[in-house]
Amino acid sequence: MLELHAITAGYDRRAPVVRDANLTVAPGEAVGLLGPSGCGKSTLARVAALLHRPDSGRVVLDGTPVHRYRHRAPRARRTAIGVVFQQPRLSADPRLRLADLIAEPLRATGRRASAPARVAELADTVGLTPDLLTRRPHEVSDGQLQRACVARALVLRPRWLICDEMTAMLDASTTAALVRVVEDYRTATGAGLLAVGHDQTLIDRWCDRTVHWDTVTPAAAKTPA
Amino acid sequence: MTERPSTPTSGTTTEPPPEPPATATTPAAGTERVPAPGAAESGAVTGPGPVPVSETGEAGAVTGHLPAPAAAAGPAGRAPVLSVRELSVRFLLPGGRRIAAVTDAHFDVAPGECLALIGESGCGKSVLASALLGLLPANAQTAGSAHLGDLDLLTAGERTLARTVRGRRIGLIPQSPAAHLTPVRTIRSQMEETVAQLTGERNRSTLRTAAEQAAGRAGFPLDHLDRHPHELSGGLAQRAATALALIGDAPLLLADEPTTGLDRDLVDRTVDELRRHVDADRALLIITHDLAAAERVADRVAVMYAGRIVEITGADAFFGAPGPRHPYSRGLLEALPDRSFTPIPGLPPELGSLPDGCAFAPRCDRATGICATLPPLTDSVACHHPAPARTPEDLRA
Ligand code: SF4
Repeated sequence: MLELHAITAGYDRRAPVVRDANLTVAPGEAVGLLGPSGCGKSTLARVAALLHRPDSGRVVLDGTPVHRYRHRAPRARRTAIGVVFQQPRLSADPRLRLADLIAEPLRATGRRASAPARVAELADTVGLTPDLLTRRPHEVSDGQLQRACVARALVLRPRWLICDEMTAMLDASTTAALVRVVEDYRTATGAGLLAVGHDQTLIDRWCDRTVHWDTVTPAAAKTPA
Repeated sequence: MTERPSTPTSGTTTEPPPEPPATATTPAAGTERVPAPGAAESGAVTGPGPVPVSETGEAGAVTGHLPAPAAAAGPAGRAPVLSVRELSVRFLLPGGRRIAAVTDAHFDVAPGECLALIGESGCGKSVLASALLGLLPANAQTAGSAHLGDLDLLTAGERTLARTVRGRRIGLIPQSPAAHLTPVRTIRSQMEETVAQLTGERNRSTLRTAAEQAAGRAGFPLDHLDRHPHELSGGLAQRAATALALIGDAPLLLADEPTTGLDRDLVDRTVDELRRHVDADRALLIITHDLAAAERVADRVAVMYAGRIVEITGADAFFGAPGPRHPYSRGLLEALPDRSFTPIPGLPPELGSLPDGCAFAPRCDRATGICATLPPLTDSVACHHPAPARTPEDLRA
């Protein structure tokens, strides 16, 4: 289970963007979190991905409470979660070739040796041709870069996936292609998914269950727009 | 790559602009939609299929194009505000490589009409917008023409574009309003400055009134005028940017991905506001990958693939029962989550090494041998085997 209990989080303790949020994802389940622009759902997604320490509340991952976040989180926990963000250009190191971008988590966890085979396999899965793997982010389109970012999120075979507006910048076909990649991976591995978005049609089609932001944070009567 | 004679009939190749745009390397040109040499827009790749790579690339246009004036003309039959003919853009890269970002674009936009240019990232649609605004980087070459009234935007110098076109004859609604607004100044002061720039007006109270009128026209709440951009929600920032774009009362509005990152309510509100300005007899060219937004706002739809417009038709027909006729357009529409949610297989081709024939062939389930020759744009679609429209007489084209 991925459990978020009474999470309050933000960038200024006096004005948290998430107040008292509760959300649970069961193993293998795909939960879509739907909310308007700027409601704080991306911040909650970062908490769930262990990338942002909440001001208060509890995160429980596979039965064990989380105490440390970001680079302080134990490796086994960080690698259990794969994350994809909305803007690939903000989340990709511009100096890395796509192959190295995809392999980055392998190198960071001392699994360099397995990188070439794993990268080739994932490139095929996400539809990147070998020629593209030698390019750097500024030499590929947004859609191609996001394909690489999805591959990077899957490279450590995570049990959980957090997709924060993964397709907001993408055309319809690339959207359908990347959702299919995620779903094929989940079918094969039983991974759970938290997909955050604002497109109800997409989230309903993609996920087992859709939750609305105002039911996740009922206490927060008003959130900053 | 040879000179680009892809238009055998009109064979003239516009030389690089005599005065390279001074803005070519400024941030104005550098929003992420406008590629630096070899950048994102050019980054599409060879599909999995056997794509013949020829030295002449797209220049091997065997059949040439047969522009279909009926399809390209506005439905209202009025003189178009913008008339684009065989517009092509090439990026010259170090090492002699050429990127065929846009090839033979041909369309009109009439007053009171919205044309939506749709396609995936890297298809050339934002390069086309940059070409119209004179904001291409210095390594770009253009051919063809783009007439705004009697001014050809492609050959007009940067002085003309800066002084009489951008903001005055073309209102630009940017992709990222946050980047377009000056962070340290209030919306009011930016509006007043823009009014002053465009009208030469100096009287403070006149400026104040004009700025408030501009805000009102874009639906921007007057009690937020004294805020700074970071104090605005995404939707209000977008309206502020729209208000700035409208100040010059330009007959043509150009919106480049105006809804990216907005939630659906905000998308609807943004495009509905744009539609109001169309209904007030402006022409709107909207560039978007958001098909739902296009359906909501557009009168006609032009689909771009690998730098070419492959279909241009009425929005009702495109989104309605007849449906699109080009296999790529159909695939794009079918990929929507409220349709079959099935991706088009493969990736778009490399714009630096396009095949001689139809660039969609490696991904197309209707392809045959003849698809190795370039399909002309006839009867609103550039395809050798277009799907039959169920009720062709409904097609407004
Ligand atoms: S049928 Fe032929 S011409 Fe038409 S899109 Fe397919 S490959 Fe291109």
